[in-house]
Amino acid sequence: MGDQHAHGAGDGHGHDPNQAHHFDTMDQQIEACKMGMWLFLATEVLLFAGLFCAYTVYRGNHPEVFHHASLFLDTKLGALNTVILLLSSFTAAWAVRAAQLRQIAKLKLLLVLTLAGAVGFLVVKYVEYSAKFEHGLLWGLRYDPHDDGHHPAPKPAGAPGLVLAGATTQEYAVATPWDDLTAVQDKSLVKPAGNEVAVQAVDGRVVPEEGAPPRKPWVGSAEQVRNVHIFFGIYFVMTGLHGLHVLIGMGAIGWVLLRAAKGDFDGGYYLPVDLVALYWHLVDLIWIYLFPLLYLIG
Amino acid sequence: MKDNYLTHSKGFLSWALTLDHKRIGLMYLVATLGSFFVAGMLALVVRTELWAPDPTIISADRYNQAFTLHGAIMVFLFIIPAVPGALGNFVLPIMLGAKDVAFPRLNLLSFYLWMLGGAIAVLSILSGGVDTGWTFYTPYSTEPERLGVVMMATGVFILGFSSIFTGLNFVVTIHKLRPPGMTWFRLPLFLWATYATALIQVMATPVIGITLLLLILERTMMIGIFNPKLGGDPVLFQHFFWFYSHPAVYIMILPPLGIISELIAAFCRRELFGYKFIAFSSVAIAAFGFLVWGHHMFTSGQSTLMSMMFSALTFSVSIPTAVKIFNWLATMYKGSISFETPMLYALTFLFTFSIGGLTGIFLGALSTDIHLHDTYFVVAHFHYVMMGGGVIGLLGGLHYWWPKMTGKMYDEGPAKLACALVFIGFNTTFFVQFVMGSQGMPRRYYNYDPSFQIYHQVSTVGSYILAAAFFLMLFYLLKSLATGRQAPDNPWGASTLEWQCSSPPPHDNFSTTPTVGDPYDFSGMTYDPQIGGWRPKGAPAAQGAA
Repeated sequence: MGDQHAHGAGDGHGHDPNQAHHFDTMDQQIEACKMGMWLFLATEVLLFAGLFCAYTVYRGNHPEVFHHASLFLDTKLGALNTVILLLSSFTAAWAVRAAQLRQIAKLKLLLVLTLAGAVGFLVVKYVEYSAKFEHGLLWGLRYDPHDDGHHPAPKPAGAPGLVLAGATTQEYAVATPWDDLTAVQDKSLVKPAGNEVAVQAVDGRVVPEEGAPPRKPWVGSAEQVRNVHIFFGIYFVMTGLHGLHVLIGMGAIGWVLLRAAKGDFDGGYYLPVDLVALYWHLVDLIWIYLFPLLYLIG
Repeated sequence: MKDNYLTHSKGFLSWALTLDHKRIGLMYLVATLGSFFVAGMLALVVRTELWAPDPTIISADRYNQAFTLHGAIMVFLFIIPAVPGALGNFVLPIMLGAKDVAFPRLNLLSFYLWMLGGAIAVLSILSGGVDTGWTFYTPYSTEPERLGVVMMATGVFILGFSSIFTGLNFVVTIHKLRPPGMTWFRLPLFLWATYATALIQVMATPVIGITLLLLILERTMMIGIFNPKLGGDPVLFQHFFWFYSHPAVYIMILPPLGIISELIAAFCRRELFGYKFIAFSSVAIAAFGFLVWGHHMFTSGQSTLMSMMFSALTFSVSIPTAVKIFNWLATMYKGSISFETPMLYALTFLFTFSIGGLTGIFLGALSTDIHLHDTYFVVAHFHYVMMGGGVIGLLGGLHYWWPKMTGKMYDEGPAKLACALVFIGFNTTFFVQFVMGSQGMPRRYYNYDPSFQIYHQVSTVGSYILAAAFFLMLFYLLKSLATGRQAPDNPWGASTLEWQCSSPPPHDNFSTTPTVGDPYDFSGMTYDPQIGGWRPKGAPAAQGAA
């Protein structure tokens, strides 16, 4: 929180220089700051709770889309990032211990390592995001899966469970719920998906154009499933907001590192280290939920 | 004059960078009342336009923008921050016996976030205006031509952070900064109400934050979560919106409920009847408030079972509310009531808020709500609760703590007249709206059937009476600053801690640590005509007046 310096050192009261004027004792101040931090973390959880709720609703409404689309996420990179964040959370906890024991050199090293973990996470995330952008695996209207010229459009490793076995083309065309979407008025907003046949709405149902070749049975390629962009919308918002929290966390860790370098924690006062580590654990924890929910549902 | 928080330091920066909760509270007061003025003017424009069915003074588009801005400014810039930000900030630490809130710098940050959010929200007028109503329902708000929505949503998003930080500050302050002797059950009931409010601010506001963020992304990047054209779910927006905005109704009403508890105790000179019941009813209202949001969506296509559950839960809110009302009445019974201006507001509150609460039962009942949904009945109901409850409670608190905040007494005569005008104007404006609503006049309409004209005209006349009352109030309050009598430390004979420090309070609130006892013990005080206020029995006479 940082408010422990509200009145700063040297106000001539003879108490701990880190103690703010309006607190009676240092213990009271530490307890108040910790409680404030926990409440703040609760608001962070609630902020993400809205996204988890949206995730639940759409996965409930479009389970097939989620299972399908998640196959385009790189599980290995996701797992690598999980390991990186867990390790950085570990170094953050260790840094608190070092601060408690007044091992300032060790504290600084551990904070640098935590910061390195955060950077590593963002680098991996950058690689993942670039791949999504190159292949047009994006949100809403910008969803336009394509071959980028170097690599073929990504194909899922295989989605046997997703094949509508035995369904004839016609049945598929009338029965799938996501076809309703094309019944909207404004055609310009709904792009005809890649290599699919053009469709038109009649009474909210979708029929192949006259003389069009028979539709390919759906085997789970992104071009042929509608509403995939919703998954990517949720994916980008969740991981983007989480990424923003990583950036804020890096700022906080950097701030604590600077204070450690200035010698602020030499006297056994380490509350800021404690609070920043708590924040970093939350950033880690949110990722622990994001990873399986986004990457491991195929 | 003794050194006080107003004279402690001088210059613009000493205010702009102050960490003193009293100065921040005063800045909030000026800022939120300024918003109230702007939004009130917009209400007058809306009411004047509705004088006749056909176009009267503004075009239909301008009319839509006027009622949207009226609602958004009143809700997000005035009534949510006004009581916690202004009165809460000023009173809470003193009432508690603390030197300040737990995080003074965060408190100042809250204020500046309020300023920033407010500026951005108001600038939305320049970027095309917002005409979606204050609820920003999708897909209406996701239509490309509604340019102002992004700016308005950004402003409200920032205001949300201001509200969260204030709530967080208050929760921690009440938990950790209570002086020795101030146990939970010695907290004045305003603090219980503020505590319950702060919990809602902390727990509900993040959800509107993410909702508005998604709305902004929906508009700027077309992510498709709420936009049905892209496969999104507009009803999900309503769920998210009301998950915050219904509890937010209790952010608006709980602190005024706490103010009324203080007023009733102070002006009946009596221990509050059923202290613990009133204290817990605040927390119960906060808790139930999270479980009733679906009653805003009876016609939005949720399942009948869900609607029935939400309807039943909605009725449960009336229990803790009734507990408060009956306990206040029991306190007044055989009390020695003195009818000074704050008490008149408390009595007005009992009348108008009860009507607001009881008409809420009509709307909470599924079948009648289908008939009354989106009519003027709803408009009348929430104005009876928000204005008849929230604003009138705030005015009571403002008149009650005005001598403490400014060190000046206002004239009782014009203040009582203004209170009477508020009462008459308010009921004239809104009572007829129940009638026309039940007869089918839809809310938010620019044009209407001529058979409703007489109701609209009565309502418009009422709004002018209200405006006159507020201008009178502005006049005598400003006059008190210039020529008002020096306020004694305890002009009302109230018993809570803030009346033990001088008026206005010193920079550190208390020169000596106050003794914390029963918050509603009136036995140790005696009226001293020389200072025009009350002093502890046995204390030297004629001390407070400087």
